[in-house]
Formats: sequence, structure tokens, C-alpha cells
Amino acid sequence: MLAFVIQRVAQSVLVLLVVGLVAFSMFRFVGDPIDNMLGQERTQADIDRLRTTLGLDQPFVVQYVKFLGGAVQGNFGVSYRQGRPVSDILMERAPATLELAAVSGFLAISIGIGLGVFTAIRRDGWAANTIMSLSLIGVSLPTFLIGILLIYLFSVELGWLPSFGRGDTVRIGGWTTGFLTESGLKALILPSITLGLYQMTLIMRLVRSEMLEVLRQDYIRFARARGLRDRAVNFRHALKNTLVPVITVTGLQLGSIIAFAIITETVFQWPGVGLLFINAIQFVDIPVMAAYLMLISVMFVGINLIVDLLYFSIDPRLRADRTKAH
Amino acid sequence: MTDTPLPPDAPIEVKDPSRLRLALDSDFFYTFKRSPVAVVSFSVVSIMVLAAVFAPWIAPHDPFNPGSLNLMNGFSAPMEPNAFTGDIFWLGTDDQGRDVFSTILYGMRISLFVGAAAVAFAMVLGVTLGLLAGYVGGWTETIIMRIADVQLTFPAILVAMLIFGVAKGITPVEYRDQMAIWVLILAIGLSDWVQFARVVRGATLVEKNKEYVQAARLIGRTSPAIMLRHILPNVLSPVLVIATISLALAIIAEATLSFLGVGAPPTQPSLGTLIRIGQGFLFSGEWWILLFPAVTLLTLALSVNLLGDWLRDALNPRLR
Amino acid sequence: MTGPILSIRNLTVEIPTRHGILRPVDGISYDIGRGEILGIVGESGAGKSMAGNAVIDLLSPPAHIAGGEIWVNGTRIDQLKGDAMRRLRGKEIGMVFQDPLTSLNPLLRIGDQLTETILAHLPLSRAQAKDRAIKALDEVGIPGATERINSYPHEFSGGMRQRVVIALALCAEPSLIIADEPTTALDVSVQAQIIALLKALCRNRGTAVMLITHDMGVIAEAADRVAVMYAGKLAELGAVRDVLGAPRHPYTDGLMGSTPLASRGKARLHQIPGAMPALDNLPQGCAFHPRCPYAQSICKTQMPTLADGDGAACFFPLPHTAEVA
Repeated sequence: MLAFVIQRVAQSVLVLLVVGLVAFSMFRFVGDPIDNMLGQERTQADIDRLRTTLGLDQPFVVQYVKFLGGAVQGNFGVSYRQGRPVSDILMERAPATLELAAVSGFLAISIGIGLGVFTAIRRDGWAANTIMSLSLIGVSLPTFLIGILLIYLFSVELGWLPSFGRGDTVRIGGWTTGFLTESGLKALILPSITLGLYQMTLIMRLVRSEMLEVLRQDYIRFARARGLRDRAVNFRHALKNTLVPVITVTGLQLGSIIAFAIITETVFQWPGVGLLFINAIQFVDIPVMAAYLMLISVMFVGINLIVDLLYFSIDPRLRADRTKAH
Repeated sequence: MTDTPLPPDAPIEVKDPSRLRLALDSDFFYTFKRSPVAVVSFSVVSIMVLAAVFAPWIAPHDPFNPGSLNLMNGFSAPMEPNAFTGDIFWLGTDDQGRDVFSTILYGMRISLFVGAAAVAFAMVLGVTLGLLAGYVGGWTETIIMRIADVQLTFPAILVAMLIFGVAKGITPVEYRDQMAIWVLILAIGLSDWVQFARVVRGATLVEKNKEYVQAARLIGRTSPAIMLRHILPNVLSPVLVIATISLALAIIAEATLSFLGVGAPPTQPSLGTLIRIGQGFLFSGEWWILLFPAVTLLTLALSVNLLGDWLRDALNPRLR
Repeated sequence: MTGPILSIRNLTVEIPTRHGILRPVDGISYDIGRGEILGIVGESGAGKSMAGNAVIDLLSPPAHIAGGEIWVNGTRIDQLKGDAMRRLRGKEIGMVFQDPLTSLNPLLRIGDQLTETILAHLPLSRAQAKDRAIKALDEVGIPGATERINSYPHEFSGGMRQRVVIALALCAEPSLIIADEPTTALDVSVQAQIIALLKALCRNRGTAVMLITHDMGVIAEAADRVAVMYAGKLAELGAVRDVLGAPRHPYTDGLMGSTPLASRGKARLHQIPGAMPALDNLPQGCAFHPRCPYAQSICKTQMPTLADGDGAACFFPLPHTAEVA
């Protein structure tokens, strides 16, 4: 068990180092930061001064180590576009994205698993077939179109919910939350549905197909042959086995929620890190891009680690090195 | 699109009629005929592809020829005569007086081209690497599959955005718009090869140990020949399924990137760019500028998805 | 109790396909009495398992019972649906599957799988059910049952797992066990142990057993009576000693000739020419006639029937006097 955890952590660190190298290479080689930061009327003295300030005159390895050292302390340099430390900007923006992602993730997982189980058990029923057909539309409907559709319906036509922004937020320590005000909660509804719907559809379809696969297994037939109730067969035997592969993919899906937040945030002008990132790409603001990449990798790697451990606790075959008896 | 009807005694252009007969009698074709979803979605996709390919001949206007545009025609509602010029546009016009139907045809052309090219790129790359990893094994396999694992940790759309952002940074400013389409193809293609590689590697590992491959090796076939002639044909059906589903994903990815303003430039608008433009008119009541491109995109993505879904079921006998 | 535990009359199973309706089981009838082991033997595809699945109502759609009757302990069960049928499964009819590696849920402790089965059928407390589960494991010869009850299936070997499967099938004390190729997936050295165990348990409890197998050796070892199936029909039915000692249907004779039995010494093995016809391509008349060395013209046009009870479905049953052959 411990060996397994250590191995996974080591792998995670390796992934982060690789991503760090990618981020740093972007930093170092993509575009010329000097070009980006100084206008047309620059002097050679300006350029040299900036080059020294940014440390661009040092050897590659030194720069990489410095970059990593800075990254560990949350220091990603200065945004080319806003001229402020990237870490400050990120800290400001992170709560908006995290709150949005948490609500969407919760919606996606709970409704997705529920509907997936339902459509697998009632395989040929009309309700299940309707849900499956709708889900295909859900998969084909790009996130941004869902957002626009919802805005059109609930903001433009009905005027019930705000079409952009976070509403009023309350500041608690370094964290701003929209959970505590009415306008904040209202503003959260449309973006979280937009962001969660696609993931929900994917989770639902995955749960359904995994569950159908499990329902075909011998041990399910045997469970039926032993006269267990449908409820016991479906939930005790089938669902548990279904969840093993589902957990992995769901973990990855949670990661995508943070990535897809970019789209939702753009549609709803939600002041999170995603909107920051897309603006950074448009203006080739490399420090922000690099920092975002690092931040998101830490999250993904963390989620993956948790998923592995969950996996471990569900499937006894992976647990412990108990000697095979007989 | 006028068809010249074939004279009754025209030779059928199939070299081996028995092969055609075989295909028409096959279970595959039988299930296709029996599935209205498959027939309809296949027809819709075919019509849209044809419309996109022949856009310059079908489109009533050339939306990118400034000479043919009349600003007076701007904001014409669908099917209503324009207040100033009296011209009627089926799907209305945008603020510049561009015919929405024509821009959709051209937009579809870009969307389909980028989608298809990106999937083709991803497929060639993924199948090659998957075959290599599965067949050669050892370090080659470790390196390829490690990269795949790391990349799979990140959602494809994010990888595509990053690649796009980096490529944009590398391209000199004056070439950025010209290169945008190719950068898009590269970005989406690179973000999507892993699926192919994983499936092909898995299938290769299975096929590699079967007797016929051992036999081929014993009679002295070279490794590339075995990979291409013996293993590849056996992994084609999952690849076909993934390619179809990837096409839908690639079209959506392209639309998403373009919508976010990091994809196709306004000079070469794809469906996503059109939706981005249309969103600006949502609140002022010119709904058609947004709606029609959106419906087109949805229809296209949905049809390809349905086709892929059906294909997966049809090629997977276990589910039948 | 008098009368058979299981009684099957004219059972027919159909599968509708695009090529027409297939009948993997076509009008078979037999009884199994208390404490009796009936072996069902035949090639794969002969309909052996299909008949077993029909009895316990686990046919996978679109296969379904299209005709005939199934009686268990004097109750007709082929028309039971839903919960009424579920109550019978495990309680009246137990089932043992072919592959013990896939029959057990890998994520649940075997004790939990046993107690849930017991609790589904018997009015016991959880603690009583656990005691009973331990007893059931003990009876199938699992050493240290009290501790092993907390083990997961992957912690057992194949033979031990099949013992667990048998314990699961028997734990609610059904009066009929359907054992579908219970030893096929096991090592040869373990096969005999499992058969002996199954036989001993059923003898002690008076459980009727439908033992489905393609292995004549298993039949000779364990069964009291045997039903030989060919292409969905019964070819021959009778006591093991009679059928194996003096087969009357040419197919049974062929099967015997192709089975290595120690008692037969070093006689050469024969094989039956050809293969069993596909269900969608059955010949007219007796389905065996294209492979039968004794076929006459009547065999090609008419279907021989099995008289009610023992015998062979053949116009020219063995042994033949010289002039017939």
C-alpha cells in the first residue's frame, strides 16, 4: 500500500517536472517577452535593462531551476499584458473558477451516475431511450452553444437570471465567494449548468455502457440464479463493479471541468482563471499561460492521485499483498 | 447539381460485381438498412459534405468578395424583402450585408476541412505510434505510452489551446491569420492521437501473438510488412469507429476554439467564428445571424456522432 | 414425497433471427427424481445449457420458452414471472456455472455473497445467516471456514472457488441443482474431487441434479440416468448403465466410441464423420441421418420420436442383426 502511494507520488512529481519544462520552454522560447513588454519606441538600454531584470541573460539550466524554484513558491513572474505579478492575478481569479467547477462537478457526478444506472437497468424502456437520445444531442451540443441557448432563454427572453458576471460576492480572508448572496447564487445557475451538462452526459453514457457490460457478466447471472432481488443485483453487485472503471474516467472528467471552464467563463464573462487564460492566448501573454498550465497540472495530478487511492479502496484485488491461498 | 441519368444499358462501374453483391448482402449493410438513424445521419452528413465541397457553385453570393456586398442589405431578416434594396435572402444577412446562407456554406467548408484534416493527421500519427509501441515494445513502447498517459491527463481542448497559443507565439504576427487554419489542424490533430495509439497498441499486442503473425514471421516477412499487411487490417474497425467519433469531436473542438477567438480568423470564418460573430447580435434581436450557423453546427456534429454511435454498435458484435 | 422433483414436458426454446426461427431446444421431455442425478450430454450447440437456462428462467433474450411445460415439486413454473420466479431461484432451484473464476463477484467477500443469498430466501437474522454460511463452506470442504468467510474470491484457487460456488448454490437448500459444465474449466486433477463433492452433497440431502456436460467420463462417474441430446432433441434417454453399456441410438454409440474410457482398454477411438448441423440448416427427417452409418430412406423423410420414458429416438435402434446393417 505504502509502496504504491510512493510510486504514484513519484510519478506525479515526474509529470509535474515535465509540464514544468514545457511551461518553461514556452516562457523562454515562444515570442520575445522584450517585444511584448516594450513598445515600438524602445532603446537598446531599455532592452538590456529588461533582459537583466527578467534574468534572460543567464544560461538555460539556471533559468529552468530558477523558474521551478519560483513556481514552487507560487512566483511565475509578471504578466506581459497587465504588468502585475501573475500569482496575484491568479489568486484573485481562482475562487470564481473553483466555485463554479465545484457546483458543476457535483451536478455532473450525481445526476450522471443516477441517470446512467437508470438507463442501463431500464435498457429498453421508453424513458431510458428518450434520455439516451437526448444525451446524444448533449454530447453533440458544444458547451458554448448550451451557454448561449441558456442565456437567450433565461436572460434575454424570460429575464430571470443574469447573463454575465458573478453577481455580488463576499470576501472571506483571501477568498471571494458568491455562495452567500442571492445575486451570487443566481449568477451561478446558468454557468454551472452549462459547464456540468456535457460532463454529466459523458458520465451518464459511460456509467450506462459499463453497467451494461457488467450486467452481462457471469457473476451477475449467478447472482440472479441465486434468487437475489433485482435491487440487490443491480445496486450491490452491478453498480459496485461499474464504479471501478467509472471512477477513473470521472476523475479525468473533473479535470476537464476546470479546462472547460475556459469556455463557460468566456460565454458568461465569468471572472475566473479560464477567462484570464483565453485572454492570455489571444495576447500571447506567456507568463500567464505558463502559470495557468502549472496550476491546472497540479490540480489534475492531485485529482488523479485521489482517484488512484479510491480505486484501491474499492477493488480488493489491488489491495495488500496477501498471499494467494491454496 | 444536375444528374445526367444513366442510359439503361450503361455498364455498371464496378469491376467485380460479386464483390458488390457481397457487400450488399453483408450483415453490416443489412443492419445499416435496418437502422433509420444510420441511414438518415449518413444522408445528412453526405449532403452537408457535398454542399461544403461545392459551396462556390451553390452559394448565391460570395461572402468574401467585397465587390458583391451591399452594405444597404445589412441586417435583412430571413425571407423578408430588404427595406432598402428589396432583395430577399433565405436566411437573412449579417451587419455587413453578407448572405447568411452563403457564409454558412463557406463556414461549413472550413469546419469540415479542419475537422477531417485534423482527424486524418491524428489517425496517421496515432496508428503509426500505436503499431510501433505494440509491435516493437521495449523502450519505444514505454516512451510512446508515457507521453500518451501524460497527455491524456489533460483534456484535448486544453492541449489544443496550448498548442495553438504556442504556435501563435512562434508565428510572425503578419502570417498569423494565414497560418491559423493549419495551426488549428495541427493543434486539434496533436491533441487527439492518443485514442488511436492506445486502441491500436492494445489490438496489436493481441494480434502479435496469434498464430498467423507467428507464421508470417517464420516465413521471413519483415516487421513493417507484418505490421502493415497483417496487423493493421485487423485493427481497422475500432480505428474507423474512433475516427468517426473523433471527427465529431474535432468539429466541435474547432468550433469551440474559433468561438473563443483562438481559431479560424474572421477572414476565413468557420461555423464557430460565425457563432462568435452572431452572439454579438443576440441582445439586439438579429437572432438569425446566430441561430442558423448554430443549428448547422449542431446538425453536423449530431449526425456524425449518431453515425459513429451506430458504427460502434454495428462493428461490435457483442452488443448486437 | 412422491413424483419427480423436476418434470419437463415437450419443452421448446426458440430464438427469432433474421434467418428465421431457430429451435435450440425442440420438444424434449424428461423427469428427475429425488436424489437422482440426470446427466445431459451432447456436443456444444446441442441445446444442453439452453434447456438448463430455460428451467431457471435465465435465457438471454431473444431466446424464450415457446412451448411445453416445466414442473418443479408439482408446481408448474414455466409461466411464472418476476418476483414469483425469483423466489424459486436459489430456494427451489440452485445453479452452478461452468467457470468459477467469473461466477463470483470479485468485489464482495464470499461470506457476504453467501449471507445475502441465505437472507434472500430464509427468515434468519444476520448472525444466524453467518453461522449458516460458515457451515455451508465447511460442508463443501473449505478448510478454516470461519476465517475464510472474510476472503475475497481472488484469494481462492479455481477448485476452491468452484466449491464456494457449490456452497452458494446449495446454501438455501434447493431441491434441484442445475450444474452446467461444473468441471469443464477446472484442472483435470480437481475435476474428480468436485464431481465427488457434488454427488455426495446431493445424495445426503436428496437433491435432484441436472448435470450438463459434454464429458462421457463425468456421466459415467456421477450420473444415475443420462439424456443424450442432438440438435435440440433427445436422442436417447435411460439409466447410465444401460445407455453407456449398450447404446441404442447410433449417435450415442458414436459418442461412446469417441470417448477414451479406461474400462474399454486400448481399443481404437472412433470418430463420428461430419459435424452437427447448424440450427438454421437442419436436414429433413432425423437430424443425425447424414452422419449415421445405418441411415435408411425413412430416416431422410420422417422424424423418429422417443417413446415416453426411456429409449432411443431411432427407427433402427442398436444392436442390429447382421442383415439390417
